[in-house]
Amino acid sequence: MKIPQELRFAASHEWATEPADGIVTVGISDFAQDQLGDVVFVELPDVGRTLAAGEAAAVVESVKTASDIYAPLAGEVVEVNGALLDAPEAINTDAYGEGWLFRLRVTDPEAWGGMLDADAYAAVAEEG
Amino acid sequence: MSDFPLVFERSAPGRRAARPPVTEGPGMAELLGEDALRADPPRLPEVSELDLVRHYTQLAHRQFSIDGNFYPLGSCTMKYNPKLHEDAADRFLDLHPYQDPDHAQGVLALLHGLQGDLATITGMDAISLQPAAGAHGELTGILMIRAYHEANGEGEQRRVVICPDGAHGTNPATASMAGYDVVEVPTGPDGEVDIDAFEAALGPDTAAVMLTNPNTLGIFERRILRMAEAAHAVGAQLYYDGANLNAVVGRARPGDMGFDVVHLNLHKTFTTPHGGGGPGTGPVGVKAHLAPYLPVPLVKREGDRFVLDAERPRSIGRMRSFYGNVGNLVRAYAYIRTLGAEGLRRVSSMAVLNANYLRMKMKEAGFTIAFDRINMHEFVAQPPAGLRTLDIAKALLDHGVHPMTVYFPLIVKEAMMVEPTETESLETLDAYAAILAEVLQRAQDDPEYLAGAPRHTPVRRLDETTAARKPVLRHGFAPG
Amino acid sequence: MPYVPHTDDDVRRALAAIGVDDVDDLFADVPAEILDPQLDLAAPMDEVALLAHLDALAALDQQAVPTFLGGGVRRHFIPSVTPRLAMQGEFVTAYTPYQAEVAQGVLQSTFEFQTMMSELTGLPIANASMYDGASAVAEAALLAVRQTHRETVMVSRAVHPETREVLQTYLWPLDIDIEVVDLEPSLTTPVPAVGDHVAALIVQDPNHLGYLEDMPAMAAAAHAGGALLIAVVDPLALAVLREPGSYGADVAVGDGQVLGVPMQFGGPAFGFMVVTDALLRQLPGRIVGQTSDVDGRRAFVLTLQAREQHIRRSKAKSNICSNHQLAALLATVNMAALGPSGLREMAEGTVRRAHQLAAALRGAGADVAPNERFFAEFVLRTRAEGATVRRRLAKRGVRAGVPLPAEYGIGNGVTLAATELTTDADVEALLAALHDVGELGVVGTEVVA
Repeated sequence: MKIPQELRFAASHEWATEPADGIVTVGISDFAQDQLGDVVFVELPDVGRTLAAGEAAAVVESVKTASDIYAPLAGEVVEVNGALLDAPEAINTDAYGEGWLFRLRVTDPEAWGGMLDADAYAAVAEEG
Repeated sequence: MSDFPLVFERSAPGRRAARPPVTEGPGMAELLGEDALRADPPRLPEVSELDLVRHYTQLAHRQFSIDGNFYPLGSCTMKYNPKLHEDAADRFLDLHPYQDPDHAQGVLALLHGLQGDLATITGMDAISLQPAAGAHGELTGILMIRAYHEANGEGEQRRVVICPDGAHGTNPATASMAGYDVVEVPTGPDGEVDIDAFEAALGPDTAAVMLTNPNTLGIFERRILRMAEAAHAVGAQLYYDGANLNAVVGRARPGDMGFDVVHLNLHKTFTTPHGGGGPGTGPVGVKAHLAPYLPVPLVKREGDRFVLDAERPRSIGRMRSFYGNVGNLVRAYAYIRTLGAEGLRRVSSMAVLNANYLRMKMKEAGFTIAFDRINMHEFVAQPPAGLRTLDIAKALLDHGVHPMTVYFPLIVKEAMMVEPTETESLETLDAYAAILAEVLQRAQDDPEYLAGAPRHTPVRRLDETTAARKPVLRHGFAPG
Repeated sequence: MPYVPHTDDDVRRALAAIGVDDVDDLFADVPAEILDPQLDLAAPMDEVALLAHLDALAALDQQAVPTFLGGGVRRHFIPSVTPRLAMQGEFVTAYTPYQAEVAQGVLQSTFEFQTMMSELTGLPIANASMYDGASAVAEAALLAVRQTHRETVMVSRAVHPETREVLQTYLWPLDIDIEVVDLEPSLTTPVPAVGDHVAALIVQDPNHLGYLEDMPAMAAAAHAGGALLIAVVDPLALAVLREPGSYGADVAVGDGQVLGVPMQFGGPAFGFMVVTDALLRQLPGRIVGQTSDVDGRRAFVLTLQAREQHIRRSKAKSNICSNHQLAALLATVNMAALGPSGLREMAEGTVRRAHQLAAALRGAGADVAPNERFFAEFVLRTRAEGATVRRRLAKRGVRAGVPLPAEYGIGNGVTLAATELTTDADVEALLAALHDVGELGVVGTEVVA
């Protein structure tokens, strides 16, 4: 199970990149995609939508389950990964790369530092 | 191996099976105008009658059924569907819903009689036969509760429906459709609703509590009377999901447990056929204070006549067209009238006996029982550590029997929910347990055994991922 | 006769295995004060007595007489082969096809059904069926609200009154508004201006009174306002009438009774819903998809289930669980039995018989509404109230006349329907009965009901 050191995580299994010019990229962890199984469909937020931290932002469906994906930080959606609509399997094959979900212009870039680091998240994932 | 053909692939232009009476006359363009007509005919199959018969007979042979073998789906009550009921239903086929009610007194008398029988069996004061299915009955019931709260000036205040975490998915989905928020309460260590969490969740914002009793673990909620009292103390209404009524039919009544609304699944307890997914039939019963809100129309007796009463100003309105799934209502009526009170009592008694017997047999075979205690009509088992429920289910298919309900309720990992029903003999249950034991044994002997199952079914494991990622939902006709 | 196989020995053996003394011990969790109430039910009947009882009830019901009733349910030709095949025990006593390996019968026939409904409507994506036409319309309205994020639907008054009542029931708790479009004197719907607050325009074609609507104009009007067009259609009529896909409807819904399901006093038949590709993810209910098994063989499976209540629970697109599978199977087998030419002959026979009936009534001095563009039924204005006319005709052995609700503002009247099964003798019987009850041009005739 991969947990890149440079990312921060939410206990609900989303990851976020370090803010660059106030923008973070969000996806779900390798652990989360493994739990879900083969992803078959992704519902992405509208660009321009403002999200509170912890607000349901996207839905990832596998054959037998559907999971809400929560915004790990507050902000405005500035870009979504439209390629997932045709190739949702990227979430399974490359959760931290081509499987990214959306980008947020975060309200408070400092908040990123308050998210779980890789070690803390590893402990969360361990518990399931 | 070649694919089993679609009926479209058996088609040849110019063939057909059936011919309606033909009326000669002017063309459609003359009668309706050219602009009203379709340009190309629909590409329906063109097959001879014998090809048609073989196609759907062969498809029937590719279908598991109760008539074929044991089908112990938990929560689904797959009991025998008597052939007599089909003959009963045939007597009422040529009735039009809008024929003059004075010339439909027979069927109206039957429906009125069924309303009365179901009220007696559930301990409720009034029944609507209209809902088309269990989930439809749930929506009917929750809408009535909403109308009741609104009439009392509490519509704004009561926003929440409480469901246990083991509830059928339709319960929270129904609450959402009725505009309510859902709060889940956990199951305690005894397999019953955690009573402290339940009482803490109740409040002035509670509109309704939706319960199944026995619950989806097959366990009777022993504290039901206390729960009803607590719910009513905060002004909430208590809703009974009748999916598991087969456990207590004839022996205990939701009305006596304190429920205000109940829906029944006639296709479960009252053995109308499941038909491969429906039609179900989901009558609702209510206590007197909710009766004004029942959907229209109701069958009512006026002197020696039966009428369809649509003049009910506080009704929530209509849930569907006409009066209900009458064909199924006739079947349920036939069932109740051939069993009587004593027969119904024997139904639940033997359903519970069979379920407990099979629970013991599955324990012997090596399965773990979730919340192991005397259960009612069903129980939830788990496979030995390291084995997946899905694999065991697939292996059962190779033995010609159907798996139990799998992965439900969601609160038990690798759940196997088993409901044998009362119409199965002990010999059938013994044979099922023996098959389960054999499957476990072979899984131990051969690591490949489970992963490769099923091997002898009409098709083997399916690629469900591709089906969902790249949906193909209709036949693609060859060009030309 | 509870269909229970247990002998006394069986009960003893089972109790011993469980380790209790008595069946009542298994009910110990049920509070004693509510266990075993006295149930006041009729004494059980044996098979012969039951059927005699039902025969006696059925004898009170008018069946197998000349019939001119429509309003959403009609008596059409159903070849013997249809129920014989669809009502085989394997189909009748199967459950929802969750174990696809042993449920290809139900799954493949549903895939065939979806294809046939797609062909009839000219739209690509059909589900496996709904409860009935009315609830399908309500579900279609909810779909439109989800898709457009708007909270008003517009509905023609010529949509079946019961359908509009169901729509009201479903939309009320969600605070979705309904705007009703009134009719023109032709008893059809004027093309409305659809504002940008409207999620969907709902129009029935042929409408409740039998008349054809200008559906291409309705589609244009709906789309001009950014709304969906929900076309409520008669699937048998689509054997000859322009299909919803051809005029740009986004959703086609309706009731399938006319495709081979017995009338059964109004149920069970089935509803259907067919949508554009763009609406696939909003479609409620079960859907069957094609895939392959591990050996590469074509196979069918329930798919896109993550939309449904058993997975999404409170976030599902609908709470619908059961569909009306067996009724949909009747229609599937029936359409395969008739083929395109048989279905067309039924539709054409219906149109011809209905128009012959209207002409015969006019010839006899009846007050038939002037609009000539009708499929199976049309309006007859009457002296007496519609329900009274219907009762008087029933006493003379004819089932005819769905009463017109007052909301149409055209006074007393009924709709009359004919089908390809209507015979000349039926028409004569109706004319004679109408004459008897004073509804045929004889001014001032007093009628004793």
